[in-house]
Amino acid sequence: MAITKLSDEGAKIQIGKASFPQPFASGLEYAAPARGPWNIVHLGMLIPESHEIFVCAQSCLRGVVLTAAEMGALDRFSTVTIEESNVLTGNMEAQIIDGVSQIIEEMENQPRAVLVYTSCIHHFMACDLSLVYQTLRQKFPHIDFTDCYMTPTFRQTISPDALMRRQMYSLLKPLPIEENRINIIGGALPLMAEAEIKSLPHKNGYFVGELANCRVYEQYLDLARAAWNISFIPAAIPAGEDLQKRLGQKHLYLPLSYDYRQIQECLQKLEHALHLPAFDTKDKIRQAEHALEIAGKTVGDTPIFIDYTATTRPLGLARMLLEHGFHVAGVYVDVLSDEDKEDFIWLQKEAADLPLYATVHPKSGLLARRQPRNTEDKVLAIGQKAAYFTNTPYFVNLVEGGGLYGFDGIIKLAAWMIEAMLNEKDTREIIQVKGWGCCG
Amino acid sequence: MNQASRLLSTYTADVSGVCSALYELGGLTVMHDASGCNSTYNTHDEPRWYDRPSMVYISALKEIDAIFGGDDKLIRDIVETARQLQPRFIAIAGSPIPMLIGTDFSAVAGVIEQQTGIPTLGLATNGMHDYLSGISMALCALARRFCHTPVATVGSHQPSVNILGATPLDFSITGNIEALCQAFQSNGYEINSCWAMNSDLDQLANASAAQINVVVSSSGLALAQWLKAQYGTPYFVGIPWGKQGAEAYFHALKQTLTSGQDGCFYTGIASQSSGKQVLIIGEAVNASSVKAALLLQKGWGNIQVACPFVENTSLLDAQDIALQDEKQLRQLMEQADVVIADPLYRRFRKNDKAQIFVDWPHEAYSGRIYRQQIPVLVCEHFDLWQKGWLKVK
Repeated sequence: MAITKLSDEGAKIQIGKASFPQPFASGLEYAAPARGPWNIVHLGMLIPESHEIFVCAQSCLRGVVLTAAEMGALDRFSTVTIEESNVLTGNMEAQIIDGVSQIIEEMENQPRAVLVYTSCIHHFMACDLSLVYQTLRQKFPHIDFTDCYMTPTFRQTISPDALMRRQMYSLLKPLPIEENRINIIGGALPLMAEAEIKSLPHKNGYFVGELANCRVYEQYLDLARAAWNISFIPAAIPAGEDLQKRLGQKHLYLPLSYDYRQIQECLQKLEHALHLPAFDTKDKIRQAEHALEIAGKTVGDTPIFIDYTATTRPLGLARMLLEHGFHVAGVYVDVLSDEDKEDFIWLQKEAADLPLYATVHPKSGLLARRQPRNTEDKVLAIGQKAAYFTNTPYFVNLVEGGGLYGFDGIIKLAAWMIEAMLNEKDTREIIQVKGWGCCG
Repeated sequence: MNQASRLLSTYTADVSGVCSALYELGGLTVMHDASGCNSTYNTHDEPRWYDRPSMVYISALKEIDAIFGGDDKLIRDIVETARQLQPRFIAIAGSPIPMLIGTDFSAVAGVIEQQTGIPTLGLATNGMHDYLSGISMALCALARRFCHTPVATVGSHQPSVNILGATPLDFSITGNIEALCQAFQSNGYEINSCWAMNSDLDQLANASAAQINVVVSSSGLALAQWLKAQYGTPYFVGIPWGKQGAEAYFHALKQTLTSGQDGCFYTGIASQSSGKQVLIIGEAVNASSVKAALLLQKGWGNIQVACPFVENTSLLDAQDIALQDEKQLRQLMEQADVVIADPLYRRFRKNDKAQIFVDWPHEAYSGRIYRQQIPVLVCEHFDLWQKGWLKVK
């Protein structure tokens, strides 16, 4: 079928007519060439002085090997390839133990920690991973081993991403808790220093630890000393819960939000938990309002498209921008989360015509970039997928929230929108880089 | 290959080979695998993804589908998408979990074809073999399904060729296939079809009209053998890399055309035991053609090809070898004065500044990382490339 005749039916829906949490029918899936979000290789590499070993079939290895190669980290990466003979003979445990042992023994400088990633096939074959890790720990007592997973087939039980964000902290061992230490956990990028959940504890004498800022393994291990772990994205919740259970660190989930009331509630919870003096948010709100007003003058009526890789709260961001007079013209999102529900209901009522676009629908790739853009029909995208699908050089290169949080996050985002409006970016080059920001 | 690799990267797997081979033909290609697994293909194995849309999708296999083993959802999703997009054909390729649960791809293809009326190919890849196997499987399936007996044509007195086994995984998109076609045309041949870049399905279906088939990678061999069995067309193996190489190549090609006997460009161009030791790492036909191009020049005699694909070594010369493991690779690289290989093999380079390492990026190995450096090697382009690396030695 000629692409020009293809309708967008099934790949686009007005929010007023959309179902929650699944606005689009599931089926075959397309993948857009916007690759900024971090994957399990990037996240594992955050652990300093660690080495990753993936045990998978060739087709599964290919993507992770080249992720490591592209980030210049092949010296911290090895593989064990599963072949048909392993499946037929069922020697999966021996294969992992022997393969991992051989790799470690060949290393001139042995790592402090080894992350062994197993794949879907191990779990379908009921591979005895306890035996595997127990044996490896006995063979190499000076190395910390942990279990990591590349198991996308099991994504509905727990997503590989959430699982990885939990396992990133699995090597932490109990240490004496220090009441003046907290961690911000689960994010790939460190939060901006000015983000209130980071700056307020810091100003009040807390040491704020983040995995992304650990440079040596000891610093990583010291994360176990924190009294509190604060998470702000849903994928980090299992990590917080696991650390609470294993190490007795208290977990506080303060979700990323663009709603002033919810941000205030989160800050109050933080103040209460850490016994911080009350923070007067009026000034921050005034600054956020001012920043949005300034951004509005530059952005004007320019249509804005948002995607779910930019932020875990795409509908919340859309709502906030609409409430401030911006022209939000579409949101690219395939599945909505529980956290989107309140904003979904509000948008259904107040902006029922707002289109939602699928990013994985089979038509999405064929419909993308049909219209060459010029300065007369400028659109502003927030997020790489939105930039790709709308074919615009004007976009905020935001991945995973970009380290933004709270009122300060809104202030910075407003500034970034102005910057994106005024300066063309090389969309093609930028959005194809995997794990944006992982290499500094 | 030894299954544990401390330093080696991984070559593209069979399922991506299928997608690459079928990419430009207007079909709907489905990888039967979990959601997200398609990003490996479209990030690292498919340089056309950003600029040239194609109907390549993932089935988004879930745990529950694998446990109950039902193919209903797979079939329903493909039928629905085919109804919307009206592809020329449908192809379904497998991955490790469908292999584990014994998915019958032929049966699934049969049901889909029955429901849609669209020719459907079931390709039982499992993600555990190299891309050459996948390309080969896809091209042969296409030929069996679509090739027809020659339609009488009027006109040209020039012999025509089919180029077999051309995908970006071996030739990238930096101009090699275009230069190759041009070289054939300059030497008096018409291009009947190219399997499968820059040709459409109708051109491929008419493959039987060609007088000779040219195998440019091991992935084209099984197809050449099928076309020979089906239509009696002889085939010729190799690529005209280098000016002198091209002269010898087209001379030998003509002999094959005249005699009707299959031929190979590089067989019989023997390596010598003296001179600099050169190691070329790569796919059998590509690397052997580089070897031939060098042997036909003065001063290059002691050359060995090491092919990392143990399943696709039938087109190697007797003197050349299939790479088994990192240890063997290390030994071979230790002995070599000159190594011609993908830059990711530099990690095995011996600590000897006198050794020349010639970067020859291979899309099926390093993906997009060194794509800008992938040289065009057809005819005299090869000599320019060679001058470049001799200069920096």
